[in-house]
Amino acid sequence: MRITCPYCGERDIREFTYRGHALAIARPAPDAGEAAWDDYLHLRDNPAGATQDLWHHGPCGAWVIVDRDTVTHEVAGSKAVAEVKR
Amino acid sequence: MRLDRSGGDVAPSLSFTFDGETVRARKGETVAAALLANDIRLVGRSFKYHRPRGIWSAGPEEPNALITLGRGAAQTPNQRATVQEVYEGLEVSSQNRWPSLKTDLLSVNDLAAPFLGAGFYYKTFMWPRAFWERVYEPVIRRAAGLGALSGAPDQEPYEKAYAHCDLLVIGSGPSGLMAALVAARAGSDVIVAEQDHALGGRLLAEVEEIDGAPAADWVAAAVAELEAAPNVRVMSRTTVTGVYDQGTYGAIERTAMHVADPGAAPRQTFWRIVAKASILASGAIERGIAFANNDRPGVMAAGAVRAYANRWGVSPGKSVTVFANNDDAHRTARDLAAAGVTVAAVIDPRADAQAIGDYPLFSGAQVTGTTGRLGLTDITIRDASGKDQSVWTDCLAVSGGWNPSVHLTCHMNGRPVWNEDLAAFVPAPDAVPGLFPAGSADGAQSTADCLRTGAEAAIAALEALGQTTEAPALPKAENGFTGHTPFWLVPGKKRAWLDMANDVTVKDVKLAAQENFASVEHMKRYTTQGMAPDQGKNSNVAALAILADATGRTIPQTGTTTFRPPFAPVPLSAMGAGARGKGFAPERFTTSHTATEDLGAPFVEAGLWYRPSYYPRAGETTWRQSCDREVQMVRNAVGVADVSTLGKIDIQGPDAAALLDFVYTNMFSTLKVGKVRYGLMLREDGHVMDDGTTARLGETHYVMTTTTAAAGQVMQHLDFVLQALRPDWDVRIASATEQWAQFAVAGPKARALLDVVLDGPIDWAAWPFMSCGNIGVAGVPGRLFRISFSGEEGFEVAVPARYGEALYRLLLSQASVLGGGPYGMEALNVLRIEKGFITHSEIHGRVTAFDIGMERMISAKKDCIGKTMAARPGLLDPARERLVGLKPTGAVKELTAGAHLFNMGAEAVRLEDQGYITSVCYSPTLGSFLGLGFLKSGPDRIGETVQMVDHLRGVKTEVEVCNPVFFDPEGGRMRG
Repeated sequence: MRITCPYCGERDIREFTYRGHALAIARPAPDAGEAAWDDYLHLRDNPAGATQDLWHHGPCGAWVIVDRDTVTHEVAGSKAVAEVKR
Repeated sequence: MRLDRSGGDVAPSLSFTFDGETVRARKGETVAAALLANDIRLVGRSFKYHRPRGIWSAGPEEPNALITLGRGAAQTPNQRATVQEVYEGLEVSSQNRWPSLKTDLLSVNDLAAPFLGAGFYYKTFMWPRAFWERVYEPVIRRAAGLGALSGAPDQEPYEKAYAHCDLLVIGSGPSGLMAALVAARAGSDVIVAEQDHALGGRLLAEVEEIDGAPAADWVAAAVAELEAAPNVRVMSRTTVTGVYDQGTYGAIERTAMHVADPGAAPRQTFWRIVAKASILASGAIERGIAFANNDRPGVMAAGAVRAYANRWGVSPGKSVTVFANNDDAHRTARDLAAAGVTVAAVIDPRADAQAIGDYPLFSGAQVTGTTGRLGLTDITIRDASGKDQSVWTDCLAVSGGWNPSVHLTCHMNGRPVWNEDLAAFVPAPDAVPGLFPAGSADGAQSTADCLRTGAEAAIAALEALGQTTEAPALPKAENGFTGHTPFWLVPGKKRAWLDMANDVTVKDVKLAAQENFASVEHMKRYTTQGMAPDQGKNSNVAALAILADATGRTIPQTGTTTFRPPFAPVPLSAMGAGARGKGFAPERFTTSHTATEDLGAPFVEAGLWYRPSYYPRAGETTWRQSCDREVQMVRNAVGVADVSTLGKIDIQGPDAAALLDFVYTNMFSTLKVGKVRYGLMLREDGHVMDDGTTARLGETHYVMTTTTAAAGQVMQHLDFVLQALRPDWDVRIASATEQWAQFAVAGPKARALLDVVLDGPIDWAAWPFMSCGNIGVAGVPGRLFRISFSGEEGFEVAVPARYGEALYRLLLSQASVLGGGPYGMEALNVLRIEKGFITHSEIHGRVTAFDIGMERMISAKKDCIGKTMAARPGLLDPARERLVGLKPTGAVKELTAGAHLFNMGAEAVRLEDQGYITSVCYSPTLGSFLGLGFLKSGPDRIGETVQMVDHLRGVKTEVEVCNPVFFDPEGGRMRG
């Protein structure tokens, strides 16, 4: 599998570490309540189709959001987390 | 036998051995070609029935002629005689026979064949259950099988490699060469992968003309053009074995399998090729026809028979017969007759078959049987009128048509599509993104079609890469031999083989259907059809046709089995190349490594790092003696330890303090410049991630220390926090672990040692506990931190890594003057347990700040990672397993890490479990074993006695629950 790091270009998957769904970047406020925190930490959809993953590119340290299809394994695109959050 | 051909053919110049007998061969021949040239037809025994077997094919799909190369540790079993090239001195052995190939005692299995059909083992070896693994399996395994490994470690070199290109062309027959030429001329970056040592595919094996000249001339010109093109890389002897996501292809190259003395060259190389697009020009594989005793040596694929004649000048027989349902196979009769070989008969089940040369043709006829114990001698022909006659022949060339090699199109879940006109499976459209099938792999029936579709596929692939290319002028080529009528089997009672490699017959497939293993996947597993080294390349489609017939369905309704990688066998030694022994994991050495080795210290692995365990001295016979001495040395004089393996993260910027406040539970923005603070880091779920000290070197400059084990994880965590949660902060982080060598200097004489090593007189009053700053070290700018992991007055002195070894040697020589010296991980562990300091033995991922008694370190004045979830009531329940100290009080004065704790009088079972021990040591300071562990309501039970039971090691004792800080609880020694 190949992933494009927004800074380094297309790279082999072995340079990346996986960390689950991209909603991990939407941290709730400390007082958002139990349900919001439970959802943030534990509850994940299991889609057959399009999804967004978080991958860490070890060599440059970038966190990357990868648009991926769990059925076809197609990678539609990727963007830097830092750019999305800015 | 060798054919007398005009021009070119040189006399055999090489010799190799087959089962000890010398065989003469020509350079460029395969083992199979050389054996046939020397009239050796019997080359192996079958998997189950030990039937005599010969060579079936002329390519990598070979099911029968599996051989062992070499001897001893380098012995390589199950190689295909049809692929392996000969070289001077090559040693070849046949397989699965004893005592010899001609007299194989286990051929009695063949007599028992009526009982040994599909499912025999499942039905027979059911009772008693205890016999399954101890008796039945070893016996069956001895009887059945292929070649064997030597059992000795294989020291032959193998390699892994990587390649990148715009267009990967898989195969180099007419379609592959044409595609490669189009892409090469368009300036694309092209790789051509060909499993053979020579490019050309079937054109090397056929008598054909292209543009009015022999096809071989066109091939030679195409290869010369490709090899001269700077943008083309030709990889011969390279089989593409798998297709993976985003255009990644696996391939195995027989790099030096054909060389007599390869030296250090890798025998095989496993490639990962990344291609933006690819052309699948893998050709087609001929299929057989099932008829009685169709597995004898001398029964061969028709295309293979003429390949041996046309390419290598070898006739597999003196009197050849052909049994085929298609026009293409008539070429075998034509070509062999032209070469002067007797063609005794061509048997074609089609009533309207026409001869294309001068040979006896039996149209509307079938072959109903064969004879010849160790090799074919006669066949029985039933002619159109139903009359039987016997014909003497030593080679029967069989063809049931051709199956496109669609395998790679199935590797990403694509299912091939049945084409009724071709009576074959063809690749599904868009089965693999970016892969364009061409030529006979896509169902093309003639050389002209192959050339055309090769060019078209290349143009389509280049267009997909955004490049427009004009259609080239196509060479003029052969366009005939396309007639065929599906014909799968000759009915009869005798065994007719489908999968020769696994000894699966028509009867087995019918039995599977009869016993309701009617799904193709069930049939496959019940009969083992297609599960041999050839993976059903020769037989799967025929087996499917027979299953379809037996179950009253069409072939598309019956389906097809799934082709998975690898397409051809890949040795594990190639996949794992470089990962053997020390190559398995890189080693990280500290700057003091050599000096430590000089002192004879054994090393212990800490992640990839190697750290000294202890430093043995003369007279010490056990590690405990060294460890006890080193602990006492630190407590009474001074010890030196390399702590460079701890993670060091440099943090700079106006928001550095904000970042630290957010990732640590406690405050760092209030830390004064020149001070160090211990910090606790949580995961977002409220459990402890890591701990360590962070020093403030300047207003906007901190250096964070992580544990050795969590250095990478913490760095990744900080990256996440900065990029995903607070990209607005102006702060930068960098790992500096390898840039600094850092040594702990601990003990009552630590200052005295540093006085000698550090520049200038030091005013120690200005260096209180938990202070830090820049300092000169033997003339080099360094850093000093007054921190302690031993409970003694302690410092850590850091210098740029290039000075590490010199500083370490200086510290040791000066320490010895003071009665001190180096201490290792064992002593370091004892010192920290005596003080109740935690490591990842305690913060193992399931404990909270509350569990280790540090809940007050979670600041109420700010948010931090993990704060919200750490407040969950379940994580603050006083009854949780919480950190305590433990001391043995029973008859057994020993503690073991991993032992569990139970209340006195309670049964030592899971339901009564009260906790467990995480760290233990013998403390020479206190003269007792000490332990750290987690106990339910632990801190509320200080003074209580509980049982410790280690079921694994069989240790049992009573322990007293105590405060985890065993030694100097007020900390007076480290504050100084």
